[in-house]
Amino acid sequence: MIKLTEVTKSFGKFKALDNISLTLGKGQAISLLGPNGSGKTTLIKSILGLVIPEAGTITVHGLQVNNNWAYRSHIGYMPQIGRYPDNMTIVQVLNMIKELRSDKRVYDEELIDSLGLRKIQDKTMRSLSGGTRQKVSACLAFLFSPDVFILDEPTAGLDPLSSEILQSKIAQERNKGKLILITSHVLSDLEDITSHILYLQDGKMMFHKTVEDLQNITGELKLSKIVASLMQEADVHKSFQHEHDS
Amino acid sequence: MNTIVKYITLDLIKNKIIIIYTLLLGVISFSVLSIDSNSSKGLLSLLNITLLFVPIISILFATIYFFNSSEFIELLLSQPVKRKTVLLAEYSGLSTALCAAYAIGIGIPTIILTPSPAALVLLVSGLLLTLSFTALALLVFVLFKDKTKGIGASIIIALFLSLLFDGLLLIFIYSFGEYPIEKPILGIIALNPIDLARILMLLQLDVAVLMGYSGALFKKFLGSMAGSTYAITCMMLWVIVPLLLSVKIFRKKDL
Repeated sequence: MIKLTEVTKSFGKFKALDNISLTLGKGQAISLLGPNGSGKTTLIKSILGLVIPEAGTITVHGLQVNNNWAYRSHIGYMPQIGRYPDNMTIVQVLNMIKELRSDKRVYDEELIDSLGLRKIQDKTMRSLSGGTRQKVSACLAFLFSPDVFILDEPTAGLDPLSSEILQSKIAQERNKGKLILITSHVLSDLEDITSHILYLQDGKMMFHKTVEDLQNITGELKLSKIVASLMQEADVHKSFQHEHDS
Repeated sequence: MNTIVKYITLDLIKNKIIIIYTLLLGVISFSVLSIDSNSSKGLLSLLNITLLFVPIISILFATIYFFNSSEFIELLLSQPVKRKTVLLAEYSGLSTALCAAYAIGIGIPTIILTPSPAALVLLVSGLLLTLSFTALALLVFVLFKDKTKGIGASIIIALFLSLLFDGLLLIFIYSFGEYPIEKPILGIIALNPIDLARILMLLQLDVAVLMGYSGALFKKFLGSMAGSTYAITCMMLWVIVPLLLSVKIFRKKDL
């Protein structure tokens, strides 16, 4: 569904994405992991067409991302930081996006109710806390039941109950055979959702494997343990390479 | 596009700064126009206030607003809409709100208290100034990634056009005074929307000859009608050119 071929993007001298090729398919829930500044957000933004890579091609549903916009009707995106015009109310934001998408008439408003936004829908965005704004972003991502979900730190800033509601919603969509690409530093939140792990470091793809494979390789069961042992390995590998280079 | 414009305008008419700006302009125009019995003098005072405040307030408010909306713009761009649509919608929404503030604050009092063609020209030149400085703010927004740098650039643009430009023009006139420089000066003035607005108004008030070198030049070489047309055309270019440039740059920008 999403295919990247030799995608490279640099900001000045810094290579945010270095020759990345991968294919993400239907029904997968991919956790995009990596240390800060490893290129996770750049990868997501490249798929959304917000960042324009200098080399390589990206296709979503067979449609080239470059200079195209129609493909984005297949994607539900939840940004890391959601900021909205100050004086808009929650219901105005929702209505605006609905009016913008005149191609869809059927809305998935389950989250609006379960996250309790209906009761406060006439509050202005300025008066909302960071977590509540996050909830609005989540509702927007799920509103049109897209085939692909791209969620950048979806649970950061949410209270445990809301986080739980959002996670079960994500799991439910995955079971419907949708593609879910998710980044998070809270590994325990990803535990029940993830089917694949995609690990980035310094803009390079270190590995892209299923969770079962990784459990077999590392001998650990919990996601956080798996990742910790892999990160250590990567570090050792890196320092070894470093010595080798010098 | 209309959807985005509608919601942005709805958001901005509730914005405190826009409301204060409108009220302030309204209070100023009522007080200036009711003090002076000579309506042409009153309009001149309002012209000076317009030339002083409108550019700097439009460009600063717009720059800050655009940079604050960058996350919102990203969110809109994750929907199936064109980049050009989103950018022009942001511009249209904001310039609608700022123009409405000027039209209510200056336009309504002048048209009620001194209904004349000159009042209409004041309104038109103020609106064109608002549109062009908002367009310049949009250009600053697409050129800079950092908000602080962007605001700095906007302040420099506003100060350059409202203060420094006239100084440089004076130096130019002073040093080349012995040559026939009238025609080149007409061209140079087109490079400053604030001067264009001033000339547009002065030609209308028939005090052009009293109000300095450039006004007299316009009157002499172009006459009222041709001069006004020239000034309005140049000001429209000051709106269209920054907008086209912004769209072109924004198409390739990383967000």
